[in-house]
Amino acid sequence: MKNIVLFLGFIALVGCKQEPTTLPYLGIPKYVDRVVDGETITDTFKHTISDFTFFNQNGDTITPATFEGKIYITDFFFTHCPSICPKMKEQMLRIYEKYEDNDNVLLLSHSIDTRNDTIGRLHEYAKNLGISANKWHLVTGDRQEIKRMAKDYMASVVEDSSLPGGYDHSGQFVLVDSKKHVRSFCDGTDAESVDRFMKDIDILLAEESEE
Amino acid sequence: MTNFKYKPRRLPVFVFLLAALLSMVGSCKQKPYSQGQILYENFCQNCHNEEGKALRQLIPPLAASDYLVNHKEELACIIKYGIKGEIVVNGVTYNQEMPAFEEMYDAKILDVEIANIINYINNSWGNDNGYTSLQTVQENLKRCEE
Repeated sequence: MKNIVLFLGFIALVGCKQEPTTLPYLGIPKYVDRVVDGETITDTFKHTISDFTFFNQNGDTITPATFEGKIYITDFFFTHCPSICPKMKEQMLRIYEKYEDNDNVLLLSHSIDTRNDTIGRLHEYAKNLGISANKWHLVTGDRQEIKRMAKDYMASVVEDSSLPGGYDHSGQFVLVDSKKHVRSFCDGTDAESVDRFMKDIDILLAEESEE
Repeated sequence: MTNFKYKPRRLPVFVFLLAALLSMVGSCKQKPYSQGQILYENFCQNCHNEEGKALRQLIPPLAASDYLVNHKEELACIIKYGIKGEIVVNGVTYNQEMPAFEEMYDAKILDVEIANIINYINNSWGNDNGYTSLQTVQENLKRCEE
């Protein structure tokens, strides 16, 4: 009998669990001490995406200014990737289609194979995906800078010639708010994970519209 | 003999069991190429997805694909050595390189495995493109191995 009561209690708890209505700030914050009137005050700075300069499929320069006042979803891929990229692109297309008419949402896919993925090749890939450069930027640029940005977005990218395509990279999608803070993640190869992620995008959009 | 009585309450149970059995037999019939399916899931599905659907104009479809029917003899070579350049599938032009199996996975693929994959693809997702024997696969592979 006691077990049954516990079980019912558990069901009630799980059943009442509410959907989250705010998103956390992800990444390790920076703590900076300063002394005011002899007292030490510690300032906390949220993890912030650093500056970058890349080129998209049309050869346009892409910087943080491109995303000013908007939220964006980003990932890392390469055009001849035979492993998880087609799956990721299939899922990213779902996000693209859902927010196609929402000007506050942009998509940014970094190529990690900057040697092969020229602007021309990204252009061809974008054309075959049937996507617009105003909405979804496929970018290439300096290899070290792409790697540095992957770290910034907390997505892992490792060169490994033993793997299909020569790179080991996570299939993460990363959600960045208009203040350059990382707010959510998902597994870009998994449809259910992307379902949850799109709910997070909606939460963030609601939060941004309140400000 | 007098003990035997027909119990109508048991009828639904029998009907249920019979239905379950039939559906199991039915599902076995729908998936005769399970070895090919395992290979497909491990080595093909990432690009060609669970249902053999196209990915926009990047990756051509395997389901309801005229290419599979019209280029039957080339399938073994494509699986083993990949394909480069333009192809037209169901009237749509595709031009995304498919890498050779060995290049992609750093492992050899056996002729029998190629046959299993071909048979799975040719008989899944509504495809009804017949059976390809191991011997046919080996003959077809000569096209690209000479």
